[in-house]
Amino acid sequence: MAKATITFEDINVTVTVPAGTRVIEVSEKVGSGITYGCREGDCGTCIMKVTEGWNNLTEPSVLEDKILRENMAGKHNRLACQAQVLGGSLSVRPV
Amino acid sequence: MNSAKLLNDQGQPQAVPLSERVHWIGALDPNLRTFDIILKTANGTTYNAYVIRGSSGVAIIDTVKEGFSADFFTRFESVADYSEIRVIVLNHLEPDHTGALPELMRRAPQAQLFISQKAQSMLKGLLKQNELRFTPVLTGDSVSLGDRSLQFLHTPYLHWPDTQCTYAPEEGILFSGDVFGCHFCDSRLFNDRVGDFRFSFEYYYAHIMRPFKEYVLRALELIQPLPLRLIAPTHGPILRDRPEHYIQRYHQLSIPALHSELSAHQKTLLIFYISSYGNTRRMAEAIYQGALQVEDVRVSLYDLEGGEVAPFVDLIEEADGMILGTPTINGDAVKPIWDLLSSLTVVNLKSKLGGVFGSYGWTGEGVRLVEDRLRGLKLRVPIPGLRVKLIPTDDEILECRAFGLELAQELMGIRENKQVNLADLS
Repeated sequence: MAKATITFEDINVTVTVPAGTRVIEVSEKVGSGITYGCREGDCGTCIMKVTEGWNNLTEPSVLEDKILRENMAGKHNRLACQAQVLGGSLSVRPV
Repeated sequence: MNSAKLLNDQGQPQAVPLSERVHWIGALDPNLRTFDIILKTANGTTYNAYVIRGSSGVAIIDTVKEGFSADFFTRFESVADYSEIRVIVLNHLEPDHTGALPELMRRAPQAQLFISQKAQSMLKGLLKQNELRFTPVLTGDSVSLGDRSLQFLHTPYLHWPDTQCTYAPEEGILFSGDVFGCHFCDSRLFNDRVGDFRFSFEYYYAHIMRPFKEYVLRALELIQPLPLRLIAPTHGPILRDRPEHYIQRYHQLSIPALHSELSAHQKTLLIFYISSYGNTRRMAEAIYQGALQVEDVRVSLYDLEGGEVAPFVDLIEEADGMILGTPTINGDAVKPIWDLLSSLTVVNLKSKLGGVFGSYGWTGEGVRLVEDRLRGLKLRVPIPGLRVKLIPTDDEILECRAFGLELAQELMGIRENKQVNLADLS
């Protein structure tokens, strides 16, 4: 199975995950400060900053884009409950 | 006019002037006793809405709860005609301020609706209409009414994500939405005429604004520079006597109380426990000893049995982390722990450090259940909870010390890069 790594910069932990894993599936288990509300891409609580590996993520859906816009998300921000890592390495941190 | 009910000589609700161009067109609800489930009010509330007249048209700022629409419309009709309405501003979409909106839009279809950037999906959720026309606005946006204008201030989370304030510079009036409001019903309306509402003002802040202190401070940065003659909130007295006093009070209530006691590099860690036979207590004491080893962690140990919930909530609000110890009784954590955890929605817990431990006899679910609750409250729980079956052995006490040490190090950010595999995480 293809692998990827996600580094949570706020706690300095790197996790090896199967390609296709959503950030939400990992961040709580390791205790990152990324926090969640609805967990289904509607509330914007879990907006995170992607510091490396932006192109290793799935494209945001139309709905995710809308929520990011409505919450005035900054550049290279994604919803941790939606973004899936496709491969390679990814670094993220809470906003 | 009958000032007790704000009626004219014919017994009809009448608008109340704030200035020559601005009127209150809200409603009194003296019989309300519970608001939003979480707040009590001993003498009801008011739903304040306002109308402002410029040389090129009229704007309405907020509406009222649906059941009070008749008073709102009658008061509006006493000072303006629906055909004059060019602008409707909603500072906050909660139903007690938007209840009259659908009928208002039917009566004034030409009006342009202004809402905050964050209010867009909420408006659709409230009105269930896909064809709504509205203009989302942010700080820096404004709308002209000719010789009067309205400037918008983005003030999210005061009290919902959508909330904003609207400033009328030519009048020196801030239409502040729920900010600076309170549930207090007095038909004399103005703060220099109503009864003593200090308790209501502080109580309202404690329940509505307190979880969002950081956002309050950001909003005050926008509000404090404004020349202000009057603050017109959506609930309670209109603040025309010393409006700056209420801004200062919000500032006092929103700044951390404990920071003066701590050096900049220090962090605070609280350990709460409750114990029936002393086993969870022995774990707590060992965790405390472990955490004490980390310099600059100010750690405290509290037995929940010896305190009231409210002061503990105050402590948690100011702390950087908390560790909870609970036995498991009949498959659950014990009630004093849940009582504490169910009282924390009034404070901001986001990204504080959390940890859980406890002794158990049969099954030990309590620790996992509390961990899940801490995550639900948006704490981060980096180290799996520690459980001991009945009486801790000497080795288990050492494990407790290590648990305390590790959590305290985590709190201080003392950590090497850790490489783990997802499959190995519990």
